[in-house]
Amino acid sequence: MNKYVERLYNGVIKENPTFVLMLGMCPTLAVTSSAVNGLGMGLSTLVVLVFSNLLISLFRKVIPNGVRMPAYIVIVASLVTVVQFLMQAYLPSLSAALGVYIPLIVVNCIILGRAESYASKNGPVESIFDGIGMGLGFTLGLTIIGLIREILGAGTFFNMPFLSAIDGFTPATIFIMAPGAFLVLGFLVAGMNIVRRKMEAKGKPLAEPAGCLSGDCAHCGQSAMCTGKSAAAENKEG
Amino acid sequence: MSEKYQVSSSPHVRAKDSTSRVMLYVIIALLPATLFGIYNFGYKALILILVTIASCMASEWIFDKIVHKKNSLPDLSAVVTGLLLALNLPAELPWWEAVIGSVFAIVIVKMMFGGLGQNFMNPALGGRCFLLIAFAADMTNFASAKYEAYSGATPLGMIRNEGLSSVNVMDMLTGQIPGTIGETSVIAILIGAIILILTGVITLRIPASYIITFAVFMFLFGAQRFDITYVVAQLCGGGLMLGAFFMATDYVTSPITPGGQIIFGICCGLLTGIFRCFGANAEGVSFAIILSNLLVPLIEKFTVPRAFGVVKEAKKNE
Repeated sequence: MNKYVERLYNGVIKENPTFVLMLGMCPTLAVTSSAVNGLGMGLSTLVVLVFSNLLISLFRKVIPNGVRMPAYIVIVASLVTVVQFLMQAYLPSLSAALGVYIPLIVVNCIILGRAESYASKNGPVESIFDGIGMGLGFTLGLTIIGLIREILGAGTFFNMPFLSAIDGFTPATIFIMAPGAFLVLGFLVAGMNIVRRKMEAKGKPLAEPAGCLSGDCAHCGQSAMCTGKSAAAENKEG
Repeated sequence: MSEKYQVSSSPHVRAKDSTSRVMLYVIIALLPATLFGIYNFGYKALILILVTIASCMASEWIFDKIVHKKNSLPDLSAVVTGLLLALNLPAELPWWEAVIGSVFAIVIVKMMFGGLGQNFMNPALGGRCFLLIAFAADMTNFASAKYEAYSGATPLGMIRNEGLSSVNVMDMLTGQIPGTIGETSVIAILIGAIILILTGVITLRIPASYIITFAVFMFLFGAQRFDITYVVAQLCGGGLMLGAFFMATDYVTSPITPGGQIIFGICCGLLTGIFRCFGANAEGVSFAIILSNLLVPLIEKFTVPRAFGVVKEAKKNE
């Protein structure tokens, strides 16, 4: 597989930030009350991610190791400011719907995570593709959650009448409220675990859920709640 | 002779109680409230009750098939869940919404956590609260031809909006009021409660501590303070009696320790009082009980009884 295509596959499927790594859960749960909101949030994160990966990759040899986090934050924050102003100018309604979650992209774990684990160690072109892959994975996750919540909770499909066109249909408003986000995410992650099992059986394992950075279960504080423990232990022995 | 010296491990004395037997008693105890609900709201109530029981049983059977578990229908818990859920729904609710509530109660609240005995909250109440948030308009539509005077509101709502004088407390006691199918008649519920207590299915600890805490709370903090009639109206209105005797006492989701049961009842009573006095809605029993359900593991942790013969460890003076 071409290494650029591999980056895209990695971001969308193998290390999908929403369903596999479980990163960036705060916007995932908070803004996905409709498909358009999810798509908007995903695309804004994608733009920031691509440019932050590019800039950090370009500057990776200049940034001193001791102050790399502040440096990354400055880069990401500048990009987020640009996106926020552009959105306020051209998409005011979406900007109002996403509210505080646009400025909060600065502290999105996916962006800092990719900066730390990929862009700071690889060349600019690979980093751009990594950003596109991860951004698309995040956008896909948010749009799917938003779409399911919108169809069940409002009966519309990207704001067009869908189920609500049927006579006697009452939307289950719980799905566009907070509990609906947890219910939908729970079911999608359960579905992803089925996929994970099938991929492992095929010998193409997906990434471990985030939080397990070391693979050292013996010294891990979250070992009691960990679901990937057995797999990590097997990897170590094998 | 040899039989007399038979050696076996405990238990040596077995009670006749089994899960299905207990569930059967609960169903029998619910019959007065069910029959009164059907008498009060007509054939629509009957249809809704049959729909929820059937869909609860069907979803439990299908879930067991899908995950290759032993068929758990014979323990009758799905029937109890379906019946309790129906008694907590307004008679005018569209049938398909009742089916969604049943599936949510059985599949998500009960079976996904491991089936009967593993569920963290009462399945029927979980289903009701899901419906209450999902279909708020239909779940609070109590309009029926029989009670036009009530303009679609329950007595609790009327006390809240128009004051105590707008309701007849005697009607609330007998159940001649709008409401959900099974909650209206206090007398029918109390008949069922007496059956449960006499057969030993429940003890008075949870219902008594629940109702007393709630009554004291309403007496002190209610909209009309220090007014006995107001307290009685609050006790008879809404799902308090049904909740206290039939849902707060659910074995799985209430504490097993005697002290814990009293603390659990007090939690339910306090939360119900707070929701009814200061909440956005006139009713708060179901949310109070499922929130207290979540506290049960914590309550049990702190009320473990001292084992026989074990001396309490003396406090170390430091």
